[in-house]
Amino acid sequence: MNVIPISYYLVLSAVLFGLGVIAFVFKRNVITIFMSIELMLNAVNLAFIAFARAHNQLDGLVFVFFVIVVAAAEAAVGLALVIMLAQNRQPLSVERMNHLKL
Amino acid sequence: MSVPFVLFFVCGALAVAGAILVIVAREPVHSALALVLVMVALAVLYLLLGAPFIAAVQIIVYAGAIMVLFVFVIMLLNAGAEERTDFSRVAKYIGLPLGFILMLWAAHWLWRSPVGGAIGTASATPAASSHDLSVELFRQYLFPFEATSILILIAILGALVLAKREE
Repeated sequence: MNVIPISYYLVLSAVLFGLGVIAFVFKRNVITIFMSIELMLNAVNLAFIAFARAHNQLDGLVFVFFVIVVAAAEAAVGLALVIMLAQNRQPLSVERMNHLKL
Repeated sequence: MSVPFVLFFVCGALAVAGAILVIVAREPVHSALALVLVMVALAVLYLLLGAPFIAAVQIIVYAGAIMVLFVFVIMLLNAGAEERTDFSRVAKYIGLPLGFILMLWAAHWLWRSPVGGAIGTASATPAASSHDLSVELFRQYLFPFEATSILILIAILGALVLAKREE
């Protein structure tokens, strides 16, 4: 069975991270900006697992757990913030969200 | 071309296509569904990398729980198509080239560096079993694991306080 070089995974991870950065800069909706953060976290997870595989150690996999936990907590708090904004009749576009005092 | 190579290229292309779709989709729901596609493709890659437990967690927690939360909030708030303005030309003329430069530079660096090449063919080892993973998690990383429970508790309290409607 052929073996895929680790650098393939790393390049894919870098491309996904770059696309996440572009999405973060370009999207206007708060919810999609959160989603681009999740995309970047996923790209980093792929790099973690690829390195864990390459070095044949499990620490990278444990770090992926922690990244997933932090992403879940961040999504919960962030989406609660979005709901609070919507309750105050704020638009969801970040361009019109120019004051954080609610 | 063996089966893992084909799987890698198909899933990698799916992940990149999903990420591009996240950017170009105007409806937030479409972006969320494209992100689910990215996550499922990444789960297959995790399987290829010999991490089946992480792949299952990725499907259940990421594509299941977190993305359902996103879709739920999108539908709750009835978020329509995002408005296109040319208010920030900075994003168009500086952000996009810088994003592409970051992407290509990181890919180039990873491709050329000895990080990927020298250890590239180490995956003849067996897959990481969940037994080994749990031993690692509950012995060496016990304190960070317990600390994440505090983090989750704080996140629950924060979400409750923020989302509570004021009387």
